[in-house]
Amino acid sequence: MQRTGMLREDGIHVDMDHLKKGEVNLGTSIMAINFRDGVILGADSRTTTGAYIANRVTDKLTQVHDTIWCCRSGSAADTQAVADIVQYYLGMYGTTNNEAPTTQTAAALFQEICYENKDQLSAGMIIAGYDHRHGGQVYSIPLGGSLHKQSYAIGGSGSTYIYGYCDANWREEMTQEEGIDFVKGSLQEAIKWDGSSGGVIRMVVLTAKGAQRHLYLPDTGYKGPGEQ
Amino acid sequence: MAVSCTREVLLEELREAAVDVEARVAALQVEAWTRSSLQPRGGISRELCYDLSNSVFSPDGRNFQVEYAVKAVENGGTAIGIRCKDGVVLALEKLVSSKLLKPGANKRIATIDRNMGVVSAGLLPDGRHFTSRARDEAAQWRRMYKAPIPTSSLADRMGSYIQAYTLYNSVRPFGVTCIIAGWDSEAELAVDGQVGSGPTVGAGGKVDKMKHGGPFLYMIEPSGSYWGYYGAATGKGRQSAKSELEKLNLTEGTLSLEEGVKEAARIIYIAHEDSKDKDFELEMTWVSSLDGPTKGRHEEVPKKIREEAERLAKKALEDDDEEEEAKAEGGERMEE
Amino acid sequence: MNHLPQAWGRPRDDVYGAYDHSYFQTSGPKQSTQQPIVTGTSVIAIKFKDGVVIATDNLASYGSLARFTDVKRLRQFNKSTILGFGGDVSDMQYLDRLLLSLAIRENYSSYSSASDDTDDTSNLESLNAKNLHTYMSKVMYRRRSDFNPLWNQILVAGFGNDEKPFLASVDLLGTTFSSPSLATGFGAHLAQPIMRKVVPDEASVANLDKETAVQTIRDCMKVLFYRDARSMDKYSIAVVTKDGIDLKEDEKLENQSWAFADRIKGYGTQVV
Repeated sequence: MQRTGMLREDGIHVDMDHLKKGEVNLGTSIMAINFRDGVILGADSRTTTGAYIANRVTDKLTQVHDTIWCCRSGSAADTQAVADIVQYYLGMYGTTNNEAPTTQTAAALFQEICYENKDQLSAGMIIAGYDHRHGGQVYSIPLGGSLHKQSYAIGGSGSTYIYGYCDANWREEMTQEEGIDFVKGSLQEAIKWDGSSGGVIRMVVLTAKGAQRHLYLPDTGYKGPGEQ
Repeated sequence: MAVSCTREVLLEELREAAVDVEARVAALQVEAWTRSSLQPRGGISRELCYDLSNSVFSPDGRNFQVEYAVKAVENGGTAIGIRCKDGVVLALEKLVSSKLLKPGANKRIATIDRNMGVVSAGLLPDGRHFTSRARDEAAQWRRMYKAPIPTSSLADRMGSYIQAYTLYNSVRPFGVTCIIAGWDSEAELAVDGQVGSGPTVGAGGKVDKMKHGGPFLYMIEPSGSYWGYYGAATGKGRQSAKSELEKLNLTEGTLSLEEGVKEAARIIYIAHEDSKDKDFELEMTWVSSLDGPTKGRHEEVPKKIREEAERLAKKALEDDDEEEEAKAEGGERMEE
Repeated sequence: MNHLPQAWGRPRDDVYGAYDHSYFQTSGPKQSTQQPIVTGTSVIAIKFKDGVVIATDNLASYGSLARFTDVKRLRQFNKSTILGFGGDVSDMQYLDRLLLSLAIRENYSSYSSASDDTDDTSNLESLNAKNLHTYMSKVMYRRRSDFNPLWNQILVAGFGNDEKPFLASVDLLGTTFSSPSLATGFGAHLAQPIMRKVVPDEASVANLDKETAVQTIRDCMKVLFYRDARSMDKYSIAVVTKDGIDLKEDEKLENQSWAFADRIKGYGTQVV
């Protein structure tokens, strides 16, 4: 690469190079689980550009409709753009059809965007939602843009460290308290072993009662404050 | 001689006819002027102007082209739909325009998505275009949402489409009234193409009491207005069909699909009474619940069931005739 | 300094050097060729006298990570055709939806062309496995010609125009071929030799009964589990006959042979 100018940079690559390589990345631990009354989403709060933590209190749990949420992993810019588009579509769906969209609808829209733009996106999403008809549901959309219905889903760089933990501790039809402990326990392990995951643990509990946020801080051993 | 004589006679006749036509036109104009509350201008009545174009209202707020489209519908063979508790049945009085047409071919009731059908009364090609558009809408919905379109949403989209044809002077309205029948799945929906199955015990937090999906029936008119119905009828014999439908007490939601098929056949036969001179074929389709005979799909009513329904329909008609005859005789006796 | 409007908002040439116009520009034709991400491994199938047996395991891998263990890669079309998919799962799902839309479109005409003398219209099948395979080959070849291939290897099992068992393959390049037994991926190396012993040629298909065919496929799935590092022990198997399709999606490998491991000590001379 030819370097020119007083900073010995190469034309346009200057500052973009810097942005490209360590692009704000959600080097992440995210997950969503089914439990007795609905679904729980969970995520750490670390956003990195290379080794630098660009944001230590990120919110990776994004609402796209009243009781349909998603966990974002991959490029922060890409996943935010995708979530924004889906949020718009679901809003339109709700008003034009006089009926709230289902989790399936959201998952289908996410998948279409991730699949059709797979060569330009780096987005790994988990979609979780609740509706009266289908109860809680969890869908995973990994990098290629395929759609997988799961009883629980884990994603992001940190997830590779907790496949064993989750498989060993997973039980169907957990209570809310057990579900929260499962998510918290899993994410704690991910945060512990993955350098790209860290900070606080955020959760969202989706049930017939609606969406409820939870927060757990590292300086209290992830004990609280809990419900927000 | 004979030729010239004939020609003279013809010319005379033509002259008479011309005078007759002039007189009739004059009479019609006078009639139109007197009917119109407004003064005639430029020799043509105002009312008559307003029926030439789609995009122009008449002073009393009517779109005449749409009303004429309704006339076209009223000339078509009778079509009905019955919403039963476990499905919907569509039936059509298909008037046979030529003995050279193959019996049973040239189907008129069309499938839209797997779970939906449509029957139309009125101009045939307009009905086909409607079907084609409805299929496109259903396919487009599937591409977008990866799930079948709800019947209500299809009716809404098609209503908007039909309505657009009442707005512009470059197009004419649809000469059809369409009846849409659909079964929205009562089961949990999947995303088309999805893999994986979720928890083995099923999703948590479901509200079991709530019911979803079921039978749906809509009728769309040339104006684009549409309503959901328990029983819908359109075409030539709609009046008698409607009165028969009302007798079924469909609002109670007790009529089963099997009974519905028989009633539908009977009603079409009754509706045909007014145009008895013409041949017709009965075309029937149905869509049932997932545990019903069609497993949530829109299909033709099997030949055996249809023929049985037709037999009963004919019998019912004959019985009616006998009853009437008996009544008539009784009446005579009373007079004696 | 350059004050021309086209330079506004751009990094200064004297500081950063001239703008590199080649950046964001690609040379040559547009190419969106991807790489498979979530993938399925082998598909294997064998013809027998009354139909075809076809199988895949239920795994979708993410590199070497066994990420999804409940992925059904045998997909049914209409009432007598099964497609087995290997390769990219997202492309498999795309094709599944494409086939669904095809089935819906075919359903329009199967009804309207049904005349009164046909008793049950639901049994009318407009597209058989052979037709479907041709369709798939056109789709796959078209996409490879757009430099945007669908990253799959597909086996189509069912019946042809002659009502005889039909089995053929199509891959991401649109290449097609047919044989009494077929296998994709690792199966082409490990399963195909086993199956060829049972049906060496087209004539021997007529002598193969269903039980032997199913057993051959189950044996092959076992060999593949032993030797394919991207496989698992849960699999789907379908038997396509004139009576319909018998599809089982939750089979477990049985009668595995591991106990001989106790006789294996060291890697050469060691005996304890």
